[in-house]
Amino acid sequence: MTALTHPRVLIVAGGLTHEREISVRSGRRVADMLRSAGCDVHVSDLDERVLAELQDHRPDVVWPLLHGATGEDGSVREVLELAGVPYVGSVPTACRHTWDKPIAKAVVQRAGVPTPESVALPHSVFRELGAADLLEMLRARLGMPLAVKPARGGSALGVSVVEDPAQLPGAMVDCFAYGDEALVERAVTGREVAASVVDLGEGPTVLPLVEIQTAGGPYDYDARYNTGRTEYFVPARLDEETRDVVVEHALAAYRGLGLRDIARFDFIVDSRGVPWFLEANVAPGMTEVSLLPQAAQGAGHDLGKLYRQLVEAAISHG
Amino acid sequence: MQHDINHAAGNHAAGNRLDQWADHYAARTAGMSASEIRALFSVASRPEVVSLAGGMPNLAALPMDAVGHLAADLLGDHGTTALQYGSGQGDPLLREAILDVMELEQISGHADDVVVTTGSQQALDLVTRIFIDPGDVIVAEAPSYVGALGVFKAYQADVVHVPMDADGLVPELLDATLGRLAGEGRKVKFLYTVPNFHNPAGVTLSPERRPQVLQIARRHGVLVLEDNPYGLLGFDSGPLPALRSLDPEQVVYLGSFSKTFAPGLRVGWALAPHAVRDKLVLASESAILCPSAFSQALVRRYLEQHDWRHQIKLYRELYRERRDAMLAALEDLMPRSSWTVPDGGFYVWLQLPEGLDAKAMLPRAVTERVAYVPGTAFYAGRTDGADDATHDGRSHMRLSYCYPEPERIREGVRRLAAVVDGELTVRGTFGADATTGGIPGVPGRQGVESPGPDLQ
Repeated sequence: MTALTHPRVLIVAGGLTHEREISVRSGRRVADMLRSAGCDVHVSDLDERVLAELQDHRPDVVWPLLHGATGEDGSVREVLELAGVPYVGSVPTACRHTWDKPIAKAVVQRAGVPTPESVALPHSVFRELGAADLLEMLRARLGMPLAVKPARGGSALGVSVVEDPAQLPGAMVDCFAYGDEALVERAVTGREVAASVVDLGEGPTVLPLVEIQTAGGPYDYDARYNTGRTEYFVPARLDEETRDVVVEHALAAYRGLGLRDIARFDFIVDSRGVPWFLEANVAPGMTEVSLLPQAAQGAGHDLGKLYRQLVEAAISHG
Repeated sequence: MQHDINHAAGNHAAGNRLDQWADHYAARTAGMSASEIRALFSVASRPEVVSLAGGMPNLAALPMDAVGHLAADLLGDHGTTALQYGSGQGDPLLREAILDVMELEQISGHADDVVVTTGSQQALDLVTRIFIDPGDVIVAEAPSYVGALGVFKAYQADVVHVPMDADGLVPELLDATLGRLAGEGRKVKFLYTVPNFHNPAGVTLSPERRPQVLQIARRHGVLVLEDNPYGLLGFDSGPLPALRSLDPEQVVYLGSFSKTFAPGLRVGWALAPHAVRDKLVLASESAILCPSAFSQALVRRYLEQHDWRHQIKLYRELYRERRDAMLAALEDLMPRSSWTVPDGGFYVWLQLPEGLDAKAMLPRAVTERVAYVPGTAFYAGRTDGADDATHDGRSHMRLSYCYPEPERIREGVRRLAAVVDGELTVRGTFGADATTGGIPGVPGRQGVESPGPDLQ
């Protein structure tokens, strides 16, 4: 296919999720970069205007930059498949599997990547069986500290790391405010490392690993979006052997989950140097403080050019 | 497999905090941070969400044609002055007209003692700027207007809250707090109070208590900062006498056209004792040179040529209808909560069933497509003489009825009731006192928890 001079790109960002603000910021950022690289870009919120845009502007490609439900659970991509419009990113089934943390963990584990032991339970089970006994069983099985997180969702919203068992019920309440199913996971401490993967049509490439060092406490919303509070190291301060293992794991997870074009994988490398898979993202954050853009810049990429290459690859694969 | 990791073991790159000025900011920026809660308000701007979180006046009742003609005439006849710099203290003729507005609350003042500001928010900033050194104490109601608390924090004041009841600030508790603070050698610079249709509490300082509060402040040598944006928006009776009308030397009075005319013009004012006024004028000139000449001229023409008293009456009727819709919906749909009954203004202050935490519950509300402001946003420090567990705002929320149509208000309350039921069920599962109590090892980290001014 002949490359288009000014590919028409529709970015879909916003939506009605808890992560709307981050999505809007990601959308604006990618739009600016793509425009600087010569693309003709429209940005739309996720509402009835999207279908109108598809009709009226007939984009060559759609880039869904929605975070949270609808955006990452594959449903918007299902609609794009229905409309027959090429899009950047993974196909609906892969999104569904990745978006659901317990499923993603199981798939990735089958692909040979270690992930901390965990149990996912809906609120109804706690209510029907009794929370106190069930929490005690979880503690006995998984030990302390524990990470409690919504089974679906991003930006660390609703996530708590619990060191004191007395705080576990509160963490469950906070988590269930975001959704009906909680993932309770053995909390691994160590270096937080993000592995970003892009595929420009020649197979997946792992960008330099980004290591996240917070000022104390978890890499939560506060640490992510208050610039200056968290220090990033690109590439991550890992020895070569460990780095290679993380890269292998990221690629194994990418392939195991059947992902396409772009993804980010979050790991924790424990004190023994073992990288543990925590979660995968089919629509990684693309704000000015997000991890994938930092990784790309660490590899010397011009973000506008890189994003345009992703767009062109998506047009090619259709 | 390919990868282009350009990493050399033992030769690590330096860390990057993505802000080369991260170590350069003033200490006063410590509280100026994003928060998970504030990010959730992003959804509230979508039409599917019933926002009971905003504070936007409802301008549908404003005669836009008439205002448009005023603006056109203004630019046609006096464009070169309306678009020029003006006096730092504000247009003298507007200051005269402001005296007429304040007369409705029995204030008699002099136009020379009025300082026009960019909304009364700027007046709050100026008063705080000229009085507060870091560590000085400001006594405020519990809860208190979040926009004022933001200013106080920015000037590194120590805010001490004093409880209110249905009649507003409790004089005995104010007296006890001021006495205790004096005993501790603390320097209390002023009492900040919203006496009418309080934001967020919805209550009004009773006429009986007004002289008592002033007398206590006078006895303790404490200035009163009377913030009165809603005073003319009473539903059931005429305006009460302003604190300023009872004790001109003890009070700096702040007024605004944001709720009675239009907030987009950003015109407010301070009426202050003359020595205070002198400093306010110089402080304002150093901050903004002068308030908008165009906005001031438009407000003046509006006051001169439009029946603004009738317009305020229309606003009152509009807000009363919405208040009634809110109260009826709460009565019908929220059996286990309690709330204040405002006689004016924009807000109801709702207390949740025991054990519920409005902040922790907000994500659930977003899922249900309804938004409110958690009570914690309206506290900046400890509440004197009160049990902390009930006076940090966790158990409360602010509901605004100023913007949505009455049927939307009812729909919002219906959704809110579902949120409360859902949260009660989860609390029932895990225990009513289940709380994470903040983040272990990260004490006192709290970003801005209120929406921006552009939320409906």
